[in-house]
Amino acid sequence: MSFSIHELSPGQDIGSRTIEVTRTDLVKYAGASGDFNPIHWNEAFATGVELPGVIAHGMFTMGSAVQLVTDWAGDPAAVVDFQTRFTKPVLVTDTTGTPEPGATIEVSGIIGKLDAEANTARIDLTVIAAGQKVLMKAQALVKLA
Amino acid sequence: MTINPDLQGRSYPAAEVYDVGREKIREFARAVKATHAAHFDVEAAKALGHRDLVAPPTFAIIIAQRADAQLIEDPEAGIDFSRVVHADQRFIHHRAIVAGDRLVAELHVDGVRAMGGGAMITTRSEIFALGHDDSREHVTTTNSSILVRGEGQ
Repeated sequence: MSFSIHELSPGQDIGSRTIEVTRTDLVKYAGASGDFNPIHWNEAFATGVELPGVIAHGMFTMGSAVQLVTDWAGDPAAVVDFQTRFTKPVLVTDTTGTPEPGATIEVSGIIGKLDAEANTARIDLTVIAAGQKVLMKAQALVKLA
Repeated sequence: MTINPDLQGRSYPAAEVYDVGREKIREFARAVKATHAAHFDVEAAKALGHRDLVAPPTFAIIIAQRADAQLIEDPEAGIDFSRVVHADQRFIHHRAIVAGDRLVAELHVDGVRAMGGGAMITTRSEIFALGHDDSREHVTTTNSSILVRGEGQ
């Protein structure tokens, strides 16, 4: 899929995605990214530094949320700018050995703004875990066809 | 623990080269649960006009955090890594990162602000791809803020 700016309008829904997260996913992300901060995999360490428990890497949440935009845009390279603030941690409970996720992240997106001169669409993402917005001002700028 | 306010304005020059490999792109894409074919299948990436596999939009965090490590591990900085919380992040892609790129990052400390007993530190990595003739192509700019929590924060 790739869109021409004339087919789009602000407020338009680009879809939604549910991401299930386990402790194993956090270990995989730690390995893939090189971020081995123990707050993302060790319960005792996390609570020892006054966190409620093991939390997902903010970059895991940000990185997995953008897939919705990549799929909509049709080309990962069309995402020319992507930013967010991390407002709430995503607490991931230990469900090892069960089929249950340790957290569920809900991502949805709308077209926030169109720029005809730059030929871009700003996608505004809403990212929710445990009923709270975990990302704020999560905005991806997509270069249009 | 006190953050050194003199960090503001400091720069760390490009250090080691990061070689972007296909398997690393695939591994990172799987780790963020990305499924787009351009991350996995060279032919699919080429069909979209790319030289090779395309990195996910947040892949540059690997290079940016390696650059940040120079600051975090700098004994003069006074940063306790276990108390670091990521506050915000931005990626500006001048072009997409693709497999085969040889990347270097320059780190700039753009801001240091005391917050309670801790501090908010804003850094910027300018990421360049090295060409054959020592030329540099500006690929990505990343902006990052980290909160170093003080006691009781």
